[in-house]
Amino acid sequence: MTQQPDTYSAASEKSNPRIRRTFLQRIWNGLRKAPLSAWFGLIVIAFYCVVALLAPIIAPYGEAQIFPAPYEPWSSAHIFGTDQIGRDIFTRLVYGGRNTMGIALVTTLLSFVIGGGLALAASISRGWLDQVLSRTVDALMAIPSLIFALMLLSIFGSNVTSLICIIAVLDSTRVFRLTRSVAINVVVMDYVEAARLRGEKLGWIMRREILPNIMPPLVAEFGLRFCFVFLTIAALSFLGVGIQPPSADWGSMVRENASLIQFAKYDMKAAMTPLLPAGAIALLTVAVNFVVDWFLHKTSGLRDEH
Amino acid sequence: MSTKDKDVLLEMRDIRIDGFSDDRWHEIIKGVDLTLHRGEVMGLIGESGAGKSSFGLAAMGFARPGCKISSGSIKFDGMDLMAARESEKRKLWGTRIAYVAQSAAAAFNPAHRLIEQTVEATVRSKLHDEKEARADARTLYQSLRLPDPEHIGERYPHQVSGGQLQRVMTAMAMSPRPDLIIFDEPTTALDVTTQVEVLAAMRNIVETFHAAAIYITHDLAVVAQMADFIKVLRYGEEVEEAPTRQMLETPKMDYTKSLWSVRELEKPEVKGEDIIIEMRNIDAAYGDVRVLENVNIKVPRGSTVAVVGESGSGKSTSARVITGLLVPSKGEVLFNGEPLPGALKQRNKDQLHRIQMIYQMADTAMNPRQSVEEIIGRPLEFYLGLKGKARENRVIELLEMIELDASYLDRLPGELSGGQKQRICIARALAADPEIIICDEITSALDQIVQEDILKLLLRLQKQFNITYMFITHDIATVKAISDEIVVMFQGKVVEQGLKSEILSPPHPDYTQLLLSSVPEMDPDWLSDLLAARGEAL
Repeated sequence: MTQQPDTYSAASEKSNPRIRRTFLQRIWNGLRKAPLSAWFGLIVIAFYCVVALLAPIIAPYGEAQIFPAPYEPWSSAHIFGTDQIGRDIFTRLVYGGRNTMGIALVTTLLSFVIGGGLALAASISRGWLDQVLSRTVDALMAIPSLIFALMLLSIFGSNVTSLICIIAVLDSTRVFRLTRSVAINVVVMDYVEAARLRGEKLGWIMRREILPNIMPPLVAEFGLRFCFVFLTIAALSFLGVGIQPPSADWGSMVRENASLIQFAKYDMKAAMTPLLPAGAIALLTVAVNFVVDWFLHKTSGLRDEH
Repeated sequence: MSTKDKDVLLEMRDIRIDGFSDDRWHEIIKGVDLTLHRGEVMGLIGESGAGKSSFGLAAMGFARPGCKISSGSIKFDGMDLMAARESEKRKLWGTRIAYVAQSAAAAFNPAHRLIEQTVEATVRSKLHDEKEARADARTLYQSLRLPDPEHIGERYPHQVSGGQLQRVMTAMAMSPRPDLIIFDEPTTALDVTTQVEVLAAMRNIVETFHAAAIYITHDLAVVAQMADFIKVLRYGEEVEEAPTRQMLETPKMDYTKSLWSVRELEKPEVKGEDIIIEMRNIDAAYGDVRVLENVNIKVPRGSTVAVVGESGSGKSTSARVITGLLVPSKGEVLFNGEPLPGALKQRNKDQLHRIQMIYQMADTAMNPRQSVEEIIGRPLEFYLGLKGKARENRVIELLEMIELDASYLDRLPGELSGGQKQRICIARALAADPEIIICDEITSALDQIVQEDILKLLLRLQKQFNITYMFITHDIATVKAISDEIVVMFQGKVVEQGLKSEILSPPHPDYTQLLLSSVPEMDPDWLSDLLAARGEAL
């Protein structure tokens, strides 16, 4: 330790400046300490992303290309065989990842913009705005969301846009609750009052004073929400109101090929076919959860590092 | 009190404690010794970060999470705590060694009645059965002068005041009749008027039961009332140790002397004529609770008006009315003779930038995610439209004004010490080019020595820029140091307002008298004399 001076001066007062790291270094530093499960999750997610982005290159055939023989067994021409109208299962798996994950991502982002934005506004202004929004959210949450989604989809029709909007709005209620509860703890801080005294506008206080301080729980929630949205879409597709053919998606693939499972006695491989998209869903869900778990653990509190 | 013929209760030799931060272990305590005899009270003082609390906890053989006692020996009543197993130490804690924390409100479980928590350790370690322990707890409440000692234990923590809670906590510590009590800043969070009562009660009970105690604080005047001898810590090392009287009369080290100095800072008072802010017949309320009643305060330009009173007296509410955060139900605020709109939203930037505010807790007054440059730069951009290089240059100028430099530009608040944080807050207020700055208890969370420096800085800035301060505080020493005029508030009303010399010299109204006499003085006999003078009225 260096010798401390005897006389007092503010500039020499002891404090602990953190070692300054660039953004990349900080990420690497975090990753280095990540547990095995988080690594597994990250690798799986990265793999899914690559597959989704490079779908046209990886897939051997076109998304909706139909071959003469339906229910073809696994072979070198069709790695996982063909489905009930003769489409290549492997190709549809690859494209299905693209559709399902893409829509889930857009939906989750949208639900965060809606839910998070309204929650921040509510927690800053309080009063009637908070009351109206919170009670509306309570009312929406009282209805089971899958049934509500089914109902709305049958009203507005199942196209991708309404699918995204409906799930985003329904999910934003949960985002609203979380954001409001963490934001309320930040709103009472003196620095928010100082910003108000300065005469700052609502938007500035939301973006600059509050949002950076509640990011960690929101990011963690984002991961979880993504999983749920993704499962909801799969469930809706399985029920036949989600992503519509000929677009491939994992949920409807499970439904279309479900009957194949009865053939387990005669051909194990064929019986495996409906389990492939189901397995893809399960693996991604597990992977995302591993990453979220690690992130939650790392950021319990509002610390940057350690 | 002679201590030579008593046996040693606690002996700590060459204690070293390491703390973990930023991926490394740092030494927090660098080889400090301690010998405490039965029935002795030791005062442990030093600024925050000096390692007082870590050292105090080490006396129990305990290290906080993220800390470890790396070497040294701790012997408590013949038992080696360094070698003792966790389970053996746990038997001592709460029964033979007790700990009284700074914030009693945070230390109590809000879901249990006070008396249950008071006797918990005693009953669980089977020293007494529940009934005896409860009866004993009531006796303790009585000797701590808690109101209604028979029934107060049936209340929940939120149903009693902060001072009462702190005394219940002392009773909790005393219940198993420990040999050693560690008081960690037990009165720092209290008002001066309450502090006197709690101090008297603690001293009384420690003497009655002949316990040894370690009293940790940063306030010398307080420790002078309690301790037989005082140890001064700084940067994890011992600066000086001496019996209380000797330490107060002839401190040896420069650092120890400097701890006295804030009480010697004094400013010649100036009578201001030109009124910059006037609160005229203000009534204000939170919901149905009336907090201000017909408040009239005048603040002359270029001077410092100190507003004093205990918590709940309406000091901070007055500030909120001036800043526009709380719209008064009656009366108006005049700024340079012109009435200000009551609500913040109706005020324009030109009115806003002239009134700035500095907060008590610098920690929560700065966004932990913004760098110093953003914090100070924002008002420059917002009010004066400075951008880019011009903004950066002005921020550096302001940093130099508060005796810091450009190397602080991209630090985050978490990387600053307490005093530096408060300086940044001052710079942020200055950045807006204000005419009046409202300082809400800005030094009460700081150590003596840092306090003094901040006060000097404020005085210098006042001279340089002719800024007016409205200084809210409950610390009379600070008031003496910097104010021109004083406003005394009590229960939402102004008791008196006048020049410092008038208010501080007798005759006083009753409340002013009580407030002034409650401020601890650097005299070990002060508390005894005061209690004698008040005729056991406590």
